[in-house]
Parts: sequence; structure tokens; C-alpha cells
Amino acid sequence: MNLLEVKNVSKIYGGLKALDDVSFDVKKGEWVAIMGPSGSGKSTIMNIIGGMDTASEGTVILDGTDITKVSDRALTNIRRDKIGLIFQQFHLINYLTAVENVMVAQYYHSMPDEDEALAALERVGLKERARHLPSQLSGGEQQRCCIARALINLPSLILADEPTGNLDEKNESIVLDIFKQLHNEGATLIVVTHDIEVAEQAQRTIVLEHGRLAKIVDNTAHKNENARSDFGDQSGLGAYGKPKRTS
Amino acid sequence: MFWRMVRGTIFRQFSKMLMIAVTIALGASLATAMLNVMFDVGDKVNQELKTYGANITVLPKTSSLISDLYETEDGSDGAQDTGQYLKESELGKIKTIFWAYNIVDYAPYFNTNVTLAGKEVPLTGTWFSYTLDLPTGESVTSGINNMKTWWDVEGEWLTDAEEDTAMVGSTLAESAGIKVGDTISVEVAAGNRDFTVKAVFVSGDESDDAIYVPLAAAQALAGKEDAVSSIDVSALTTPDNDLARRAAKDPSSLSVKDMETWYCTAYVSSIAYQIEEVITDSVAKSVRQVSESEGAILDKTQLLMLLITILSLIGSALGISNLVTASVMERSKEIGLIKALGGKNGAISWLVLTEILLTALVGGVGGYFAGIGFAQIIGHTVFGSAISVKPMVIPMVAVMVFAVTMIGSIPSIRLLLRLRPAEVLHGR
Repeated sequence: MNLLEVKNVSKIYGGLKALDDVSFDVKKGEWVAIMGPSGSGKSTIMNIIGGMDTASEGTVILDGTDITKVSDRALTNIRRDKIGLIFQQFHLINYLTAVENVMVAQYYHSMPDEDEALAALERVGLKERARHLPSQLSGGEQQRCCIARALINLPSLILADEPTGNLDEKNESIVLDIFKQLHNEGATLIVVTHDIEVAEQAQRTIVLEHGRLAKIVDNTAHKNENARSDFGDQSGLGAYGKPKRTS
Repeated sequence: MFWRMVRGTIFRQFSKMLMIAVTIALGASLATAMLNVMFDVGDKVNQELKTYGANITVLPKTSSLISDLYETEDGSDGAQDTGQYLKESELGKIKTIFWAYNIVDYAPYFNTNVTLAGKEVPLTGTWFSYTLDLPTGESVTSGINNMKTWWDVEGEWLTDAEEDTAMVGSTLAESAGIKVGDTISVEVAAGNRDFTVKAVFVSGDESDDAIYVPLAAAQALAGKEDAVSSIDVSALTTPDNDLARRAAKDPSSLSVKDMETWYCTAYVSSIAYQIEEVITDSVAKSVRQVSESEGAILDKTQLLMLLITILSLIGSALGISNLVTASVMERSKEIGLIKALGGKNGAISWLVLTEILLTALVGGVGGYFAGIGFAQIIGHTVFGSAISVKPMVIPMVAVMVFAVTMIGSIPSIRLLLRLRPAEVLHGR
């Protein structure tokens, strides 16, 4: 059963087509990676799926609702109730502690519950650091706090934008382990990345190029090496090799 | 959670919030100072103008009619011609009217003509510093000593008990060769009477040609006990407005509600009306020059204060607008994140407004007390006395601070509403 259906979506900024007739779907409980080089439209499609931007053309059906046709207010409710967002830059509120950052999502969803927020932090291995400010946390810890915030309201879809982009290998591994655990528990994950190793963890990889859908790779049907070869040979990612780390 | 976020913002952006508080405090302090001065300036200017004499003259009805016919300001001649007088025994009633406490001073006059060295000269009997027992059991001291403060007196003011003493106007004293300490003999139909000259005065008006004696002495000379030709009243009044002007023409033309308002306001016309009610067969009139001067000065002063208040509030609103907009721009990622998490525009606007309003509350309270200080500086510098603090200014300043803060926040709220999470979180 599809949780998300993206049909012929285009996004035009001024005269520039950031997305051009992109279509794909994501099943409930599926882990999908979206890959592509810079400027390929990865973040744009993530913003549209996440209800933070609107498509110029096409439809996006999330959990049975066409989110391209709803009002701003309804879109806000969809973001609040159905989507958990994980950012590359973490976007934690720097004057609130880790647990308070998680509670912010609860506050705008329903009611803040500190015990629940602490449980979410415990799940990502951050309970001991719950009372620390973001400035007192490492990048990996901040990202785990961001994940706890995304999970707290039990969203239908977890959208992660370059979740490991600012992390070292150790923290990347911790974050991927959390994603695996979530996936095993039945969560639907869409991870935008240009890290092949991250993409390989997903069941399918949607490859974008110049705003167009280049291909969809079924990772479960390929062995890792084959999949890597597919990305390298056909998506153009081979030119980028192992993605650069920004921190 | 809400208050944690509010507290966090206020302390995190402490310097910016402090600037907003200071901006609001400046506006609030000016508004407080100007409003307190504005509400107090009426009494201050009134008190200043009281030194220039009475603002109400009470005449017998008949002499008032004659003075109207001949357009004279002073009805004293008319009083003599008509033979109608007011009663000295009723003077205490003036201090029993609704606005009794606004009656600062009053003095009766009895005018007659006497012959001095073969020449007819006016003689006026009056109170100098007369203590009168009121029907209420209180006593009040009143007379021209306090009302004619601009008189230049050589010698001593008279006392009401010394009925054989006189003050002589400078013109008459010069023409008749009278000096302080001389004894003058005045002739009336009933005979002669001697007075010791205790003072020669310069008034700058027709009084310089007259002799002033205690009221009882003048009444005795004319054989008119209890008679009074006119009364000058000095009262603290509220500047006239349309209602007062309509009432002054014809109080009976007012509706019951207007009549109540007018009667219970210290307009010169309503005080005059109330004096007429207690003094038999009298007409009380405002002395136009004085009351009009009061009105004009007050109107202009209050307009100036109002303009300064409005300008200071506009300045505050502009300052707040810039500072709050800068604050929202600085927090655009945080606001974008809250929107991405499902925060509605209303909830985020309320969060920002609460932060600003709390800051405004601190600034407003600080500004209010600073404003009281400014008002005292203005009071002592301009009027030489303290400005009384009016409690009614508190709600007015509160409303102004609230309005200015809300108006100043409009651009930042508009900016906040336009913020799209994708733009601020991903640079789209």
C-alpha cells in the first residue's frame, strides 16, 4: 500500500525548472533514498513532500491526501501530524536544552510531555545529555536530538535531508543504525543523500539528475557492489566518488 | 513550554530586547511627563493668571443691565445710579456653592463719591484682608490684599478693623498733594470724616484717582449699611469649550444631561451661574480678557504637549518596528523550524508578540516612573512647583504603550507570516 504518490511533479523557480515531471511512489514501511548531485532537485522534492514548498505542477498524495490541493493551514496540520523532519544542519533551538527541543515538537503537535521526550532521547542514546544545550552537544548528538524530535509525534513519514552530511563516520554509523531500527519497527523513511553508503541502506534509491528522475534502483534486488556500480555508471555520481563531508 | 521559549528568547536576545524596552521607556516617559503636565497645567496656568486679578464680577441685576447697555466693564456707576445694591450679609454664601473650593479670593466694593478739598472724588470701600465666618461654621479670609498683587503700594495695606485709615490712588495723591501719614478730610452730605493715609498706591487703572477705605467706613459715609456695589471673584476654572460657551449664552437651552455636565464642571460660566443662585438679584459675569487668556494659553500649551506626546509615540513605534523586525529576521531559521514542525502562524505570532509585550511592560513601567521624574523637572523649571501625579495617566500610558507596541510590531508580524520554512531552512 502506497503511503506517498508523487505524480508528474514539476517545480519552476522563475525561469528555472528545479523539478521536471518527476513521478514515484513510496510504500508504507519502506525505506527510500533520494540521490543525485547538487542541483539535481533532491532538496526541492523533499520540501514538496514535506509540505514546506508547493509543486508548480503535478500532484503529491500523502496518506490519501493530495497535499498540492490543500490550504496553507491544512498543510501545516499535515506537517505537524504526518511528517517527521530531520535536517542536515540539525536546526535545534539553541536556547533550549535537548529535551526542550524535543518538547517543542510536542508543544506544536498536542501537549508537551517531558517523560515521553526523555524516552525519545533514550531511544537515540541521548538521555544522559538531555539537559544540555545544543552548543554543549557534538554534531552527532545534535543529529540524534533532531531524530528524537522527528520521532516524538509518531509521524507516518520520516523525511531526512542529508542526515549524515555533517557527521563523522562513527556518528554516521550511529544514525544509520537508528534508521535501521526505525525501519525494522515499520517506519517509512525517505532519506535525501548523496552518500552512496547511506543510500545503499535503503530498499530503493530514486536517482535525480537535472531535476528529472534518472532511475529507480531496487537495492534489495542487487548486491551492494552491483548497486554501487549502477549509481556510478548511470547516475553520474561516479564523478563525485565518495561525497565530500562538510564538517 | 511556551514560557520557556519566551524566557529563552528574552534572555538570548537580551541586548535587543533591552533596546526595545529602552525605546518603549523613552516614549512612555515622554507621554507620562507630557500627560501629567498637560492635566496639571490648567491649574498651574490658572494660579499664574489669578495673580492678574478676578475672573468673575458680580453686579446687581439693574446695574448689570445698564453696564450692558453702555458696554462698560465696570458697573459701579450703574449701581449708584439705580440705587440697587447687593447685600454684604450674603457674601458668605459664595463659599457655599458647589465649586466653593475653587473660589480662591473675593472682595466686595461699595462705591460712592465724596468731596476732597472742594473736588468730587470716588471713594471705594472694600475688604482688605477680611475674616468672614461662613454659614458652615468655617471662616475664610479674603480681600484685595491677595487679589491686587500688582498694585505698587507705598506704605502699608489697610486692615479692615482700622476704619479711619485710607489708601489713596497715586494720581489723586499727586494732584491733591497727599502723602503717606497725612490726614485727609472728606465731605459727604451727612458731614465730614477724617482718614489717616496709610498708603499711596499705583494700580495702573482708574483706581489711581480714588480713595480706598474699609468697607464698613464707606457704607457708614453713605449711610448704606450692608450695601455692596459689586463683588470681584477670583476662581480656579476650566477653560471654556463649546458647551460652556452655549451655557454662558443661555443655560436654559441645555439638555438635562448637558446641564448636569456643565454645572458639575468648573467652567467660569457655571461658577458664575452658581454665584447668581446664592446672591439675591445678582448677575455674575466672567471677566472676558482673563478667562479668554486662560483658555488660549491652556489650549496652546495642551496642544503643544499633545503634539510632543504623539511625536514621541510615533518615534517609539518606528524604533520598535526596526528592532522587532531585526529580531524576527535574526530568528528566521527558528521561526521557519517551528513552522516546519507544524506551528501555526497565529501561535508563532502570539509567541513573538508575547515576548515584545513583556518587554514593553518592563519598558512601560520604567518609562512611567521616569516620566513622573521628567514631569517634576518640567514643573519645577517652568512653574516653580511640583506637578501632581494623575492616576488617570496610568491607563492612558498603558493603552498607548500597548498600541505603539502592536503597531510597531506589524511589519515584523507581516514578515513572520510571509516566512516559508523551505526558504529559511534550505535557502529556497
